[in-house]
Amino acid sequence: MSTIDFAGRLRSRWPLETVVARGGVVIGLFAFIVALPPFRADAQWVPVLVGLVAVGAGIWVLTRGLRRPGWTAIGFGIVGIGLGILVTRASHGNLNQVVVWSALFSATLVWATPLTFAAIGGMFSERSGVVNIGLEGMMLSGAFFATLGADKFGSWEMGVLCAGIAGGCFALVHAFMAIHLRADQIVSGTAINFLAVGVTGYFFIDIYGENGTPGNLPRIPEVSLGFLGRVFGHLNLMIWVSFALLILAHITLFRTPIGLRIRSVGEHPRAADTVGISVYGTRYAAVVLSGVLAALGGAYLSIGYLGSFSENMTAGRGFIALAAVIFGNWRPFGAFAAALLFGGSTALSFRLAQPWGNASVLFQALPYVLTLIAVAGVIGRSVPPASAGRPYVKQ
Amino acid sequence: MSEAAAPPPPLEEDPEAYAPSVARRMAFYQSAGGFVTPFLTAVFAFLMGGIVVAATGHNPLRVYKAIFEGAGLNWFFHFGSYHIDIPFSTHHIWFWWNTSTNYTAAYNLTQTLLTTTPLILTGLAVSFAFRCGLFNIGGQGQYITGAIVGVYVGSRFVSMGHFQHVALAIVLASLAGAFWGAIAGFLKATVGAHEVITTIMLNWIAYWAGSYFFGRGGPLQNHLNKSIPISDDIAQGAHFPAIWGNPALQALHGGIFLALAALFVFYLVLNRTTLGYEVRAVGFNSEAARYGGISVGRNFVVAMAISGSFAGLAGALDILGWQFRLGVLDVQVSNIGFIGIAVALLGRNTAVGVGCAALLFGALLTGTSTRSLDPNIFPPQLAGNLALMIQALVLLFVGADLLIVYIWQARRKLRLTGRAPA
Repeated sequence: MSTIDFAGRLRSRWPLETVVARGGVVIGLFAFIVALPPFRADAQWVPVLVGLVAVGAGIWVLTRGLRRPGWTAIGFGIVGIGLGILVTRASHGNLNQVVVWSALFSATLVWATPLTFAAIGGMFSERSGVVNIGLEGMMLSGAFFATLGADKFGSWEMGVLCAGIAGGCFALVHAFMAIHLRADQIVSGTAINFLAVGVTGYFFIDIYGENGTPGNLPRIPEVSLGFLGRVFGHLNLMIWVSFALLILAHITLFRTPIGLRIRSVGEHPRAADTVGISVYGTRYAAVVLSGVLAALGGAYLSIGYLGSFSENMTAGRGFIALAAVIFGNWRPFGAFAAALLFGGSTALSFRLAQPWGNASVLFQALPYVLTLIAVAGVIGRSVPPASAGRPYVKQ
Repeated sequence: MSEAAAPPPPLEEDPEAYAPSVARRMAFYQSAGGFVTPFLTAVFAFLMGGIVVAATGHNPLRVYKAIFEGAGLNWFFHFGSYHIDIPFSTHHIWFWWNTSTNYTAAYNLTQTLLTTTPLILTGLAVSFAFRCGLFNIGGQGQYITGAIVGVYVGSRFVSMGHFQHVALAIVLASLAGAFWGAIAGFLKATVGAHEVITTIMLNWIAYWAGSYFFGRGGPLQNHLNKSIPISDDIAQGAHFPAIWGNPALQALHGGIFLALAALFVFYLVLNRTTLGYEVRAVGFNSEAARYGGISVGRNFVVAMAISGSFAGLAGALDILGWQFRLGVLDVQVSNIGFIGIAVALLGRNTAVGVGCAALLFGALLTGTSTRSLDPNIFPPQLAGNLALMIQALVLLFVGADLLIVYIWQARRKLRLTGRAPA
């Protein structure tokens, strides 16, 4: 009895159309992958054929009336064909140099981690109804104060703590402006970004001057788990933390009363207020949390990965995180997938610098182009929480 | 898929329940703010900046005086018996101030005005969209697009006449900026994509496109020297004529008159044309405007295009006026478009306000630059960051207008309760 029930539930959650659409996406990706090592199909018809299967699957789903999954599969098929053909025309020497899967994958994880932290933070903030353009600034403050804390107290734990506190403080300013003063959240977020560049730059020059941060900064350690292989065997602690955070965020947001409160405050604050949820309190907590998380992403960047700080070092990563929130449809796993995709495009752009030269920087623009397409609704609209960006007045 | 269900209905049942809209806020500025609030905003921001300076062991008064002199504003306080030459003749006439750019204050002032020129335009780019109820934070991307097109046109078409070449570069750059802005307006009008998100994305796309075009091996990189990530120099015929100072040392160029004219055009279009009326109507209340027969979508596109054309013009003027080339570093470091946001908000989105705010920020940027600030008094690297902090504080205080509302209401309540018991 229960097994039948289970099968029925599975069918309702995974109807045939969805399965075909997701299969199409995978096949579309595969059209690209067959051309890469270790498969390395030389003939152009191989990726074309595989890609056409994906397009076909997409069209079939489209005829069943599901626009978004259908177009997604078609899109993946076409992009897969294009990239596949591009790759079959590249020389084998270059291919082997660029596509070292383990290196590419670990680089992707490295670049995705700060994005993941900031994106999950931004997601909490936006879910509670406060748009956080200031992620970039909070991330930068985290990067600097992590360096400062690690240097002054001589331990990376203190660095991470300082980063969290600094990010929280910047977020508190934003929260106060957005919630109590009901200021325009975009203005306040922009101000936070400027403020963070100014404050970190000022104190960086004032404290470290021309010499930059000392070379012997305490670093966030790597976790050595040799049995997990080349990619997962030597990851920074913060990368594992980001995985844990991801699962925790998903459970908190969708499986606990806290998450329900956050979401209700972001969707319909009046209703939430009526049933006794503190709208202001929830929003303050969510925004401060977003600042702390963004700052942890910054801390990973400075004392985790690079081991130094330089002025304005986040260089737009906070905005990529914001893009990941939107591209991931305001969901933790969506944001993580977007962060992986965007981190991967950064990693690829660095690896392609050798054979492609300058053109590889175009991969850095990929996150923004994809997000623009996503909000434009070509392949299904991204719909923000209903009250994101609207201040609430208590009655 | 059930997730793709229609979004919940908008929460418009009680507009008063939410914070004052942009239009409401602007109406409030007009009635209660006037000149005083922005002035106080700036004063507070400088005071806070001074506290940071004092906290790190410098004398804020001396620092601000150095910045003031670095911006060349002390020029106005040096009266004397000088003369200016009358063009096309050997005659000269008596003049109050020393216009020789060998004189440091005069030179610094030309640099301040040089920075003010694009700031006026990027400020207008934000303001115009604001008056239509749109927050255009894409001024930076539109500025870069204009600069890219400006440098392209300026370095090609070498055989053109001087005036035609400059005019062509300016017009095409403005159109490019207008196009870059109109994308966001179009997406807002058709699918309702929030302009803040789309303009942020467009900023970064322009940033990386610029890095690609002028990077080593890029399509617009220098043809003579393949090792430097910089564009070709623009043709001599595409240089904007200098009006004050030695062109070899970054003279002030005639573009400032275009910027001032843009202020006037901004005022005229908004207040004296049907287009401006419609734009403002949409900005005040888009639903009412729609009910009144105004096409809201069309106005979004038009307002963003006009905004973008201001920023694109700013990019072209910087290229044709004093940079003469564009490098990857210029694209990546410049933040003239972002400062335009502070200019517009401090200037309360009016022509006069934007002009004054642009001068203030132009002076602040120049006064804190490595070239102008006396390094014995305050390190310029610190001062550059101080300028950023002051901008941020201006933005924060501008956003905190509700504080003023609170104080205003509290005062009125006090007055009312004072009378009530009688």
